Amino acid sequence: MNYMLALPEIFLAVAGLALLMLGVFLRGNSTERIAWLAVLALIVTGVLLLWAPPAGTRMAFQGLYVVDQFARFLKFLVLVGSALTIIMSIDYIARENMRRFEFPILLLFATLGMMMMLSANDLIALYVGLELQSLALYVVAAFQRDSERSTEAGLKYFVLGALSSGMLLYGASMVYGFAGTTSFAGLATAFAGTPGPIAVGLIVGLVFVIAGLAFKVSAVPFHMWTPDVYEGAPTPVTAFFAAAPKLAAIGLFMRVMVGPFRELHGEWLQIIWFIAVASMILGAVAAVAQTNIKRLMAYSSIGNMGYALVGLAPGTLEGIRGVLVYVAIYLFMTLGTFGCILLMRQKGKLVEGIYDLAGLSRTNPPMAAALAIFMFSLAGVPPLAGFFGKFYVFYAAVQVNLIWLAVIGFVTSVVSAFYYLRIVKVMYFDEPVGSFDRSPGWSMNAIIAGSGLLVLLFLVFAGPVLDAAQAAAASLFPS
Amino acid sequence: MSDLPHLTIVTFLPLLGAVLFILPLRGAPEKVARNARWAALWISLLTFVWSLILWFGFSRKEAGFQFEEKIQWMSQFHVFYHMGVDGISMMFVLLSTLLTPLCILASWEAIQVRVKEYMIAFLVLETLMIGTFCALDFVAFYMFFEGVLIPMFLIIGVWGGPRRIYSAFKFFLYTFLGSVLMLVAVLAIYFNAGTTDIPAITQYLAQHPLPAGTQSWLWLAFLASFAVKVPMWPVHTWLPDAHVEAPTAGSVILAGVLLKIGGYGFLRFSLPMLPIASVQFTPLIFTLSIVAVIYTSLVALAQQDMKKLIAYSSVAHMGFVTAGIFAPNLQGIEGAIFQMLSHGIVSAALFLIVGVVYDRMHSRDIATYGGLVHRMPFYAGVFMVFMLASVGLPGTSGFPGEFLVMTGLFQINTWVAAFICTGIILGAAYMLWLYRRVIFGELTKDSLKNILDLNRREVAVFAPLVATVLWMGIYPSSFFAVMEPSVAQLIKQYEGVRAAAIQNGTLSADGPFALLSWNAE
Repeated sequence: MNYMLALPEIFLAVAGLALLMLGVFLRGNSTERIAWLAVLALIVTGVLLLWAPPAGTRMAFQGLYVVDQFARFLKFLVLVGSALTIIMSIDYIARENMRRFEFPILLLFATLGMMMMLSANDLIALYVGLELQSLALYVVAAFQRDSERSTEAGLKYFVLGALSSGMLLYGASMVYGFAGTTSFAGLATAFAGTPGPIAVGLIVGLVFVIAGLAFKVSAVPFHMWTPDVYEGAPTPVTAFFAAAPKLAAIGLFMRVMVGPFRELHGEWLQIIWFIAVASMILGAVAAVAQTNIKRLMAYSSIGNMGYALVGLAPGTLEGIRGVLVYVAIYLFMTLGTFGCILLMRQKGKLVEGIYDLAGLSRTNPPMAAALAIFMFSLAGVPPLAGFFGKFYVFYAAVQVNLIWLAVIGFVTSVVSAFYYLRIVKVMYFDEPVGSFDRSPGWSMNAIIAGSGLLVLLFLVFAGPVLDAAQAAAASLFPS
Repeated sequence: MSDLPHLTIVTFLPLLGAVLFILPLRGAPEKVARNARWAALWISLLTFVWSLILWFGFSRKEAGFQFEEKIQWMSQFHVFYHMGVDGISMMFVLLSTLLTPLCILASWEAIQVRVKEYMIAFLVLETLMIGTFCALDFVAFYMFFEGVLIPMFLIIGVWGGPRRIYSAFKFFLYTFLGSVLMLVAVLAIYFNAGTTDIPAITQYLAQHPLPAGTQSWLWLAFLASFAVKVPMWPVHTWLPDAHVEAPTAGSVILAGVLLKIGGYGFLRFSLPMLPIASVQFTPLIFTLSIVAVIYTSLVALAQQDMKKLIAYSSVAHMGFVTAGIFAPNLQGIEGAIFQMLSHGIVSAALFLIVGVVYDRMHSRDIATYGGLVHRMPFYAGVFMVFMLASVGLPGTSGFPGEFLVMTGLFQINTWVAAFICTGIILGAAYMLWLYRRVIFGELTKDSLKNILDLNRREVAVFAPLVATVLWMGIYPSSFFAVMEPSVAQLIKQYEGVRAAAIQNGTLSADGPFALLSWNAE
């Protein structure tokens, strides 16, 4: 038994509880201090994560918990995503009457859940991590409790999320019934040894597990909640939803698919193929008509998860590597975009319409340039980072002859380019209608500028990022 | 001096200059505008001077790539940052570096809003154009090739005419759709050849040709991309819109350089990498080229808008180019390259010519003008040079290219040559008619009574172009000498693969070419 392996998670859990106590006992308004302390806790967790890297893949808690390069790679990104969203939300919660110190702490617990998801090595551990994350997210979605839309978003998310958890559990129980174990390693050996045709019940179980996971990554046809929740939830919460939990869920998806279910690749390939194609098409087509930028980003994230699933479909090392790079780039594009959305504030009031951005290139050139970079990157135009993400996943798809998947993906990326370009058009070609308030502070500007530079200059350090992703992906494939 | 990475310098000098000198400009709008103009002019002139090193240092005897640079980029994919130019691409680099300072000069007074951003967009565009012609790695090539869309989209959309938004979107989405299909083909080739290095792939595919069926699909994917860029009929419809709405300098770059990327793509990728499919699809290319030449020439005859007329004439002239490339013999390909260079200069100049009167009258309608020779004799003279060059008068740059393309085509198929030939007649018709309506006749319109002739800045723009047009027309050998070895090698390789394919039965000697008699010998 090696509890030290889980040190980052243990630290984060303890820090979360300590901050909860501190929040209760601190006098006056402590939200801001708690938020910065939460960021500090995430930074320490990140240091613990990177400090003394364990050699190879190691298990703890009787094989329930695994630490490998794959988990470390995604955990690091999740921590970055969480820390940056907490920083971005500090100004917002102060202004929008959300000054309650539980907010950053709930995000800490959600992050803890995500880290557990990424290290899950057993169907039970998977479920525990997933639920910890989901419960925290249900609460933060409804955090603006005076707002009807926020409450509605929270309730909707909770009902549908609970349903998907139920499906996942049901699927897991069927898989357990047929394989006799819940451990990933055990499942892999059980399926590898099965001769002859695969039992129908097992396929049904697999379908339910995938349905549950697809809900978490908001892939079509389990995407219905996304636009409403994205639109209704407070903007920093939406930014959080779009970033870190997506990474954790897609990471879990990959681990489950190429781990225990590797031998069933022929079966799940068809399912993934379908949900990837459906997500890409819906993400591209449905967003065209949106005028609310948060709703538009919801469809954009559906489409983006479709692209990520294209990389999962081949079930190869190259594919997993592609998805890892893809989500890393996606994280920064999303955070940067939501940073810009949080700056869309006219006379103290937040606005969310695309047309509120009109003429931004004249009233606020740096912000317009940054948002244009994110939009071109999301559209997949080289030489920006978004192109590389797509390139790597489609590379993996073409490699195993999933040509049509790649062709459909590229064509939908052209369709989606239309609505990303429309935002650029509104900012650059239209006449200004009014200007936004001054940015609340350096931290927001730094996040936007930093993400913008990462997206712009990704081509320079594509090699090292790819190396890290390669090492991470390789740890899922024991040689 | 000789071991400096010249291509990298020439490629990134405009970008670097824009970031270092124009981006930080602050202060009163007028001062910023003035400084941005001068800085952009000097940066682009310096780039042009530096690019002359390529012209003088280029060995006319070698067929391979020169000024090569190769640095590891993404080792996992065996992707390199690999730059180099051969006889085919070198002159396109010079074309880009020559036209950019002229564009900046031409926008001196025409662009009054957001001058700083405009100049940055142009310099970034220059970097991307030069990079496209220098990149010898698929990934780098694609970067530059697609990256061009971003500044061009902004140039059309921000500084364009009334329907600029429609045109900018049409331009972007058309080209983007074509390019992504090419990317799939690039990936497929990569998995066959194991590298993204363009010379290495060409080498490999010459020795291990892909199966004919695969080649067809890949070839069509490349066609989707290049046909839109060239543009070939029937995917040319974005071009008139983009030209009409773009600011003058945008049209100049579009017609002068961006269209050439399509032709360059055929020469660099389709022909050498997929020779069997190229043979099989030659009749398709010929048909599309003939339709382009005749149909768009007729459309040009009917235009009321000067820019639109020149835009359609571009499609017709590029029809010559595509037909010549797929001839593919020495005359056809050299003619096509020469025609591309000549068209790059001439159509650019014609758009500038339209820009001159547009700046004064703010109208592109042919009907607005008439009798300009009485007020603007110099203008009329300069216009005549380019008009005749566009028609293909011997002694101007238009002649050698068209003549060689016809010679090349005549060896393959008399009928194709005959149909393409009508383009010259129709071209003379619409250009001479345009000239007559704008320049000659009585000066009756009151609005034109005070119009002024070319000023010194405009003379500075046109002088180098007139000189180049005459040089190319009178002594074309200095250009053919550059391209000859590279083109000869390309044809040798192509013929070798074709002969082998006929021998092993992949291509029947008479298959789709039953009608066509291959080289006379």
